[in-house]
Order: sequence, then structure tokens, then C-alpha cells
Amino acid sequence: MASVSETHPANKPNPARWLVVAVPYLWLLLFFVAPFLIIFKISLSETAIAMPPYTPLFEGFGAFGDFVSELDLDNYLFLTDDPLYIEAYLSSLRIAVISTFLLLLIGYPMALAMARAPTMLRPTLVMLVILPFWTSFLIRVYAWIGILKPDGLLTLLFQSVGLLGADDQVQIFRTDYAVFVGIVYSYLPFMVLPLYAALEKMDNTLLEAASDLGCPPWKAFWKITFPLSLPGVIAGSMICFIPITGEFVIPDLLGGADTLMIGKTLWTEFFGNRDWPLASAVAVILLIMLVVPIMIFQNQQKKVA
Amino acid sequence: MKSSRLDATVLTLGFAFLYIPIIILVVYSFNASKLVTVWGGFSLQWYSTMWSNQGLMDAAWVTARVGVISATIGTVLGTLAALSLVRFARFPGRMLFSGMIYAPLVMPEVITGLSMLLLFVAVGIDRGFWTVIIAHTTFTMCYVAIVVQSRLLTFDRSLEEAALDLGCPPVKTFFKITLPLIFPAVIAGWMLAFTLSLDDLVIASFTTGPGATTLPIKIYSQVRLGVTPEINAICTILIGLVTIGVIITSITTKQAEMRRIRDEHVAARGTT
Repeated sequence: MASVSETHPANKPNPARWLVVAVPYLWLLLFFVAPFLIIFKISLSETAIAMPPYTPLFEGFGAFGDFVSELDLDNYLFLTDDPLYIEAYLSSLRIAVISTFLLLLIGYPMALAMARAPTMLRPTLVMLVILPFWTSFLIRVYAWIGILKPDGLLTLLFQSVGLLGADDQVQIFRTDYAVFVGIVYSYLPFMVLPLYAALEKMDNTLLEAASDLGCPPWKAFWKITFPLSLPGVIAGSMICFIPITGEFVIPDLLGGADTLMIGKTLWTEFFGNRDWPLASAVAVILLIMLVVPIMIFQNQQKKVA
Repeated sequence: MKSSRLDATVLTLGFAFLYIPIIILVVYSFNASKLVTVWGGFSLQWYSTMWSNQGLMDAAWVTARVGVISATIGTVLGTLAALSLVRFARFPGRMLFSGMIYAPLVMPEVITGLSMLLLFVAVGIDRGFWTVIIAHTTFTMCYVAIVVQSRLLTFDRSLEEAALDLGCPPVKTFFKITLPLIFPAVIAGWMLAFTLSLDDLVIASFTTGPGATTLPIKIYSQVRLGVTPEINAICTILIGLVTIGVIITSITTKQAEMRRIRDEHVAARGTT
């Protein structure tokens, strides 16, 4: 295709052509890449009481020598000194891994059922999965507070069917369990859709051949369906895992005081303690942790496109 | 068919899980009682208290303006980005460009928000209405780019080539041929950008300033104090608006799609 477009009249050198690339390119360089360089820089500076609450690290670009000599790794040393931060990182990873696994466990059967549904029904099913995604994230998390609270609807339901005594309450709200419920609920469409996209493309004659040759359905699933759906599994897992690691709203609204997640820590450092350099250092380390998953995600997307 | 019954059960359970919390939320916005677990009869009182809550209404107005402006700029930039990705096989830094399109989709919001804020502080822009718009434009344009890109990839270029061969200038060809053909995807992208902007709490919290409190920020500060039927009421209105919007777009894009297929059919028959 490249060779055709190269010679095509539409692709003759043309200033308008360059604008098409340059405008979004410059926008993203300015508002997406440049901020990362700044965050990196500020993570190496000291906290100051003034507004903005950090001391400028260098003025102008000439004084590179000064810049290097003034580099301050205190924020990073502080992060490694205080076990709270390391625990928060590990706990975020643990919660993200478990939730991604739960999402696969719930999302895969749904996506498979959708892919096996009659062709007529499929667009409606896809629409039904997407629709909750259009309603606000915050609203969907909020909806669970009323259900999971000790005096909420789940307690009421369990009491009315006799699973709980009149004085007992469901003790899920403000624990890690509530965080898992919230995450699985909010991210389920992100898991189901890539899985469905992979499963829907599958060639059913392979499964027919397997069953003709006497392969039992569960074995055919592990030998054929699952390996062929792996691109969807990887895409879905990365789309969920990466943002869950930095999740703030769900642990804040549904989790307890002991629910450690790095997104919440960063938020507290920034809005609570107003320690911008430390918040930046927290963000830089989170970003470094996520570089590998993000690369996997991008490679996967490029293959699809 | 045993497996189809199993599939139906799985789907029923899955959709029940996805929809029951939202349905409960909507139902309890009409509850006369202030307690979430007690049904005190049907009432619209929370809608009227919500309506007279000036802070909430101001926030809704800010959110609507931020949404429309950032979705519109984001759609223009995202469409250009999609064209660059699909139509220009080679240009300097193309790898970086596609990386910049995909990364914001999965980037944790706390990182995007914090880094944006630090940029605004570093260059000395006062935070407020316009900084939220810039931040929202930046992440929504990437979603628009993905939506429009997928349409451009399945796009029949023969009409475009015919126009160019007949001497139509490229810019005119874009507005006369390409844009009308990808328009359903552009509209879908705008809708997505608008809802994402409407929805965003974290990035807006970092980049906002005095006088530019958005609805999610307002809702969040009230939610932290506890569940109230008034929040259920505003959430119900938001859900209603989004549902109507999604249904209207899906119907109009379906009609446009059918018209396009018919036109292409007619055009194809005319040429042979």
C-alpha cells in the first residue's frame, strides 16, 4: 500500500499534508511528553513552602552543570526509606494482578458466550456491554456504596433471605474486598470487548474438526480456542492492569484506611501534604513500573491496526 | 443444546451484575425517604432540591462547556492524528507519534493529571477553565484517533482517487469526499470524547482552579460525606442524558451507514 500512495497525486509534497501530521504531533509533544519531562525534573527538587511548593531546579537551559550538581535524590531516598511507600507499590501490584485475574475469570465466559450467540444478537450484546461504560465511572462506583455499606442493600437482602441474623451486617465496605468488587465492576467492559473481538474472529471449522476427530470440548477449548484468543487476553489484561495499578477513585471510595494503593498515596501527598516533589517521585516510579506493560499494550495495538 | 443454555446463563448473570447497581441507583433517586435502605414511597423531591442547589448547577454548567469545547477540539485533533497514522506510511518520528496516541489510553489518571498540572505551573498559566479544557482535549483526542482510525482502515479509497484523478485539489477532496464518508466515526468519536470529559474526576481535580469546579469534583466531594438521594437524582439525570445520546447516535450512524452502502451500490452500478 505504501508504494501506491507514494506515487499518488494526493501524496505530492503539499504544505496542507504536513499540517495534518504537525498539529496533533505538536499538541501531544507539548501537552503529553513535555509534562513527563517536567514531572521528572520536579521529582528531583526540594519541597518549599512557597507557591508552587517546590524550589525551581534550574532557570534556563544554559546551566547544565549547575543542574547536575543540584540534583537531589532525597525524594527517592525517602521513598525507599519509608516502608509505607514500598508497601503501597506492592499492594497496588497485588490488587491489580488479582483484579485482572478475576476480570479474566468473569469476562472470558461472557465474551465466549457473546461470540457463540446468534449473529443477529451480537450487535445488541456488544451494545449492552458498552452502555455501562458510557455512564460515569464515579457514578458506578458510588452505586456500590449504597449496596455494600453495613446498613446497605446487600445486608438487607441477606437478612431477608435468612443468610444473616437481624443484627448482623455485611462487613465488606471499606475493605479490600469492596475494592475488588468495584474494580471488577468498573473494568469489566474493558476486558470483555477485546476478548470478544478475538473470539468472534475465530474459525469455527477448527472446533468442528477437533470434535469430528473425537476431541472432548474442554480439551478443544484449551488446545484451540484459548491459544487463538491469546491476543485478546493480552490486550484486555493490559488495558485493565495498567490503569488499575494507579487507580484512585475506587480505593478511595470503597477501600478502607488500610487499603494501600499508590494512586491514593500520590493523591494524599499532593492534595493533603502538598509535597509536590515527593508526589512527582511517586509518579515517576509508578511510571517506570508500568513501562513494560505499556510497551506490551502498544505492540499489541500495532499488530491489530 | 446444553452449551447454549450455559451461555444464556452466563450472559444473564453478567448483564445482571453490570446493570443492577445502576438500576438500584436510579430507583432510589425517586425514594421519598432519605435512607437508602428504606423505601418511603415515590417522590420527586430530590430533583427539586437538586435544582435549587446553586453550587451543583454551576458545576453542571462548567462541565457542559468544558465537555463541548474539549470534545470539539479533541475531535479535530484526533481526526488529523488518525489521518496521519493511516495515510502517511512514513514520517520522522512516526513511532513516537503512535506511542503518544496509545499511551494516554492506559496511563493512570493520577500521572496524567499531575504531569499536566506541573506543566501549567512551570509555564505560569493560571489554572482554571482553560487548563481543564487543554487537559481533556489531550486525552480525549487519542480516543477519537482510535475510533476514526478504525473507520479509515476499512475505507474504500476509489472514490477519493477518482476525485483526485479528475483534478480535485486534495483539501477539497477531503472535505467533499473523505470527511462525509468517515463522518459517522467522527460523530461517534465526539460523543466518546464528550462523555469522557463529562466523566473525568482525577485529571480535572489536578488541572482545575478557582471558579472552575466541574460536576464530578462536586459529586465526589459530596459522595465522601455519604450517600444522599440528591446525588442519586443528579446521577440519574446524567445517566438518562447519556443513554438518550447514545441511542440517538447509534440510530443516526446506522441510518448514515445504510445510506452510504446504498449510495456506493448505486455508484458502483453506474460505473460498470
